[in-house]
Amino acid sequence: MSFRPPAPGTQPPYDAPAYGSTHKRHPKQALLRIGQTLTETSAPRMTEALYPAAANLAKGPGWEAQGERIIVAGRVLDEDGRPLVGAMVEVWQANAAGRYNHERDTHDAPLDANFKGEGRVFTDAEGWYRYTTIRPGAYPWRNHANAWRPVHIHYSLFGQGFAQRLITQMYFPGDPLLPLDPIFNCIPDAAARNRLVAAFDLDVTQPDHALGYRFDIVLRGRDATPMENTP
Amino acid sequence: MSATSSQTAGPYWHLIDFPAWADLLRAGGPNAGIAGERITLVGRITDGDGAPCPDALVEIWQADPEGRYDAAFHGFGRCATDAAGGFRFTTLKPGPVRGQGNSFQAPHVALSIFARGLLQQLVTRLYFAEEPLNEQDPILASVPPARRGTLIARPEDAGTWRLDIRLQGDDETVFLEV
Ligand SMILES: [Fe+3]
Repeated sequence: MSFRPPAPGTQPPYDAPAYGSTHKRHPKQALLRIGQTLTETSAPRMTEALYPAAANLAKGPGWEAQGERIIVAGRVLDEDGRPLVGAMVEVWQANAAGRYNHERDTHDAPLDANFKGEGRVFTDAEGWYRYTTIRPGAYPWRNHANAWRPVHIHYSLFGQGFAQRLITQMYFPGDPLLPLDPIFNCIPDAAARNRLVAAFDLDVTQPDHALGYRFDIVLRGRDATPMENTP
Repeated sequence: MSATSSQTAGPYWHLIDFPAWADLLRAGGPNAGIAGERITLVGRITDGDGAPCPDALVEIWQADPEGRYDAAFHGFGRCATDAAGGFRFTTLKPGPVRGQGNSFQAPHVALSIFARGLLQQLVTRLYFAEEPLNEQDPILASVPPARRGTLIARPEDAGTWRLDIRLQGDDETVFLEV
């Protein structure tokens, strides 16, 4: 068993001149393509017993964060449409004002003592995950003049193989900053890029409570070609 | 359906950092009480100017001392680099892992590096100097000899192995497409 290489154009390059931080951090030598071994086709079993779930970033005992409450839900699948069951999904984000609860974030937007901005959920038997949070704010960064990141939530996923490990960002529909953002636009394939934009979803929306967004995530599928040592 | 695109972890990924996760042998953790050779893996991540990368996320994935991924040992760790670009994991030394056919891969630890400026993770491997199986490891063998050393950790103090990682430039680490 091994995982298929990603489709051309769907993954960003290491060297992206419009995103200044890549300049001194991208390797100049070509990556060494290796045949996958057990190391790449196995993965840690991330369980709720080891890594407790936290599905509500917006409210806890005795506290409630400031901002527009939202629900985000979606499925984690592989490229063959198979749901990933029990997959760990970590999320982190800025608060409603566009400020991270992080000592190195120097944006002068207000901090919210009730918003930590970190969550962890696990997919169910059909691959569904769901969490409640606050819609994050856009924030400035120093990449270029008057640079602002579009509204986004960071995602970290573990699949069933080390080769499926994914960190990405979810964006919001209709954000006027999207066409201006070098990180979003570094993905060559427009369709792949647009799959990072969540959809407003009335089925996820809860009456009198919160707007809902749908964001599905696809991890690399399995190669049909058997490994050499398969009998 | 094609795989979701990667995006950078950015500079604020520490919201999902739990410093305890860098110690795979932590009290009350998943591996407490599992026998094996206790080791410390250290290294420093630098960029094309030789400047430290103080905001990187390093993850490891490794087999247990018997070379198994499917036994009790939970071979996952996560560590944030410090102001000097340094990382440090405490773990058990992995055993040889089964490879193609009846062959064995030399003991190794897989590393993923995420950071601001990395639009997707960089993957590499840490091997152990003086390990007899290194001579016949198929992945090490596929690396040009002049660059092979970038994958081989050297012993420091007792039980401590160092592998520095250079993202770019002279002595650039060999990164793997997996
Ligand atoms: Fe961000």
